[in-house]
Amino acid sequence: MTALEIRGLAKSFGGLRVTADLDFAVAPGERRLIIGPNGAGKTTLFNLITGEIKPNAGTIRLFGRDITAVPCRHRPHLGLARTYQIITLFPRDSLLRNVMLSLLGLSSLRWNPFLRLDRQHALIAQARDALARVGLAALADRPLAQTSYGERRRVEIAMALAQRPKVLLLDEPFAGLSVDERADVRRLLLAIPRDITLVMIEHDMDVALDLAERISLMYFGEIIVEGSRAEVVAHPRTKEIYLGE
Amino acid sequence: MRRSAIAVALLVLATVPLWVASGYYVNIISQILIWAILALALNVLVGYAGLVSLGHAGLFGIASYAVAWLVVNASGYLAATLAAIALSLAAVAIFAVLSLRATGIGFLMITLALGQILWGIAYRWIGLTGGDNGISVPARPMPLGLSLAGSTAFYYAALLVFLAAMLSMAVFVNSPFGASLKGTRDQPRRMTALGYNVWLIRFLAFLFSGFWSGIAGILYAYYNQFVSPQILALATSAEALLMVIAGGTGTLLGPIAGAALVVVMKNVASAYIERWNFVLGAIFVAIVIFMPEGLVPGSLRLGRWGWAVMRGGRLARVADEGRR
Amino acid sequence: MSLWLLLAVNSISLGGLLFLLSAGFSLIFGLMRIPNLTHGSFFMLGTYFGVSFLAMGFGFWLAALASAAAMAVVGGGIERLLLRRLVGQELAQVLVTLGLSFMIADLCLMRWGGDPIPLPTPAHLRGHLPILGVIFPIYRLVIVAIAVVVAAALWLMLDRTRLGAMIRAGVDDPAMARVTGIRVSRLFTLVFCLGAALAGFAGVMGGPIFSAYPGLDADMLPFALIVVILGGTGSLPGALLGSFIVGFLYNFGQVEFPELAYIILFLPMLIVLVLRPQGLFGRQVP
Repeated sequence: MTALEIRGLAKSFGGLRVTADLDFAVAPGERRLIIGPNGAGKTTLFNLITGEIKPNAGTIRLFGRDITAVPCRHRPHLGLARTYQIITLFPRDSLLRNVMLSLLGLSSLRWNPFLRLDRQHALIAQARDALARVGLAALADRPLAQTSYGERRRVEIAMALAQRPKVLLLDEPFAGLSVDERADVRRLLLAIPRDITLVMIEHDMDVALDLAERISLMYFGEIIVEGSRAEVVAHPRTKEIYLGE
Repeated sequence: MRRSAIAVALLVLATVPLWVASGYYVNIISQILIWAILALALNVLVGYAGLVSLGHAGLFGIASYAVAWLVVNASGYLAATLAAIALSLAAVAIFAVLSLRATGIGFLMITLALGQILWGIAYRWIGLTGGDNGISVPARPMPLGLSLAGSTAFYYAALLVFLAAMLSMAVFVNSPFGASLKGTRDQPRRMTALGYNVWLIRFLAFLFSGFWSGIAGILYAYYNQFVSPQILALATSAEALLMVIAGGTGTLLGPIAGAALVVVMKNVASAYIERWNFVLGAIFVAIVIFMPEGLVPGSLRLGRWGWAVMRGGRLARVADEGRR
Repeated sequence: MSLWLLLAVNSISLGGLLFLLSAGFSLIFGLMRIPNLTHGSFFMLGTYFGVSFLAMGFGFWLAALASAAAMAVVGGGIERLLLRRLVGQELAQVLVTLGLSFMIADLCLMRWGGDPIPLPTPAHLRGHLPILGVIFPIYRLVIVAIAVVVAAALWLMLDRTRLGAMIRAGVDDPAMARVTGIRVSRLFTLVFCLGAALAGFAGVMGGPIFSAYPGLDADMLPFALIVVILGGTGSLPGALLGSFIVGFLYNFGQVEFPELAYIILFLPMLIVLVLRPQGLFGRQVP
């Protein structure tokens, strides 16, 4: 059984065809990297998988279950989580609060208008743990607005991991990071256990290449090349796309 | 520190009739309390859900008219109050379903249209509402046999309801649901991707907001003993919004301060400043442009800045503070 | 039968007046993405300016044009001094226009007092014209003619001039417009001035029918809202169509269902808003 399987996925915006007849499958525990030039449709693919956009055609299966028609808000409950290319965190809140919101998303506690959120010790402890896992335990109570870009990238990952996903989509987790920050994030990602399947979009091939087991190269909404690291790097079309055009 | 401040505030409020000059001023404070409840209710949407409504006078007014009509035509006060609350909630539910088809300016315009429809009914459906003549409530209710006819007695009744509203708001805002609501204000798309049902969260918040708007309306009907289409007018919704924005949307005290500002301006300052509408509008414009976070946080910010300057801190330190 | 005909003509003339009011509102909404809640005040202030200009000895038409010019200055001032500080914050801009409406209303009260001031119908347009056995007020017919002329002029401007092309580009896709070098901020000021001027002109035109009174702004703003929501923001043909629909709905509603007059007016607007909230801004990329 595949962790994530996409068949015949198509999406057009008006006349603009973003993806067409896309087939894509990821095995459980795999580390898949999606690369491709800007505008290839990679983030749109993620948006389609999470349900933020509806496809025009095709199916999406999560561990065998057809989730194509499942609303976006239900998919995290099925084990799907993602991080965003542009950081979309909650700026007015502390790091702890940000992660708590992520945890609450899956908890029935989120409907409760009577209890004090500050007194939910179990939840708070879980949030602190999640931050500790990304090395931000010391900054837990700091407002997000007072953290660095690199720290916010790690909060994104903490929030996604806090939901104990089965499949984690990472949209350019290394974007805009310094060399040291990249090393931190790389270590983080390497430490993610195998019961979480990783699908990562990255632009910067160097950093991401050694994290990936299989690579899919996307171009104009289609997967042009797919295979192991060595296969993709050596493929003539890869060179053509990255060096030619 | 905060607990003692709350205790002092409660003490002050509880003893108002003792130290306030006359019945007239006690009435002013009662009015402030009533409008503060509406402002707090509106702030649930404006401040915590990020949805600006220009139709809340409609929710306020429909409860006012309902209770006034029922008391005059049908029943005793308790039944009328309960029925008015139920009717008001039904109206809020419809309001919410229609308004939540959009956010931002679309939401603003739908609430405006809905408010105008209700106003039009009050103004034109003379058979039902008496039109411009309104509905007079002959006497105030007598809960448990106590008369609310006097300004002091009514003040305490209003105070009780206000404190209930405050408590309810404080619990709501600090709850997990409150946090979810604030999340939908800041990052609605992200919240959906995190597993939240953003529409339902907003709908429930709307019900909560509408409920207290209705309570304020009922209280108003009993206080004023007269309801007229004016309370459903766009100007009233605008005033409510002014209260919220002037006072500040980020705190619970903000709307209360805003309500006090507007009521005082209308009743007290209007004796001295003839053109209080102009002043109100000017304050509104100034706040939106220069102090968008509202008077309460804005004044705190200015106060902190001024204090830092006074203490002779280096300009750089002050600049840092200001930048945050 | 003759009552219906008279009602029809009155509806058409009301429609014409509403078009003059709403055209500017529509352009502002379409280009700047905000419902200008000061628009009713612009109309009312225009009427009051007309009163003053007439008192100064201006002829009716000169007063109307002078009023329009004065309103253009007011509009320009508001846009440059206030709205421009809130670039990109549409909700804040709407709130500012709301606050301004309070201020202008009170200023009018201060300057011209609380009693309604009628504007005399221009002398050569008084009286009636017998058509098909029914007598129609000449002035009302003239309003329709003027509305049509203004509509044609606006359409020509939008369709044939460079300025018009820029406005249309800004309405369709502001980001793209900026990228192609269009000075969008200057365009905003221009359109806001134009909208205010049109509203002011409409105010004087409407003077003989409505008079100038406190509360005129609150009475006229909802009309502009309904017309533009029905007709589509930024669309002149839409504003024209919407104006006549609203003119008819209002007049016939007043006669047939006076108790539900406002519901008849606002319900279509509500339905459109609820069914197509995203259609608020015309063509949009999803």
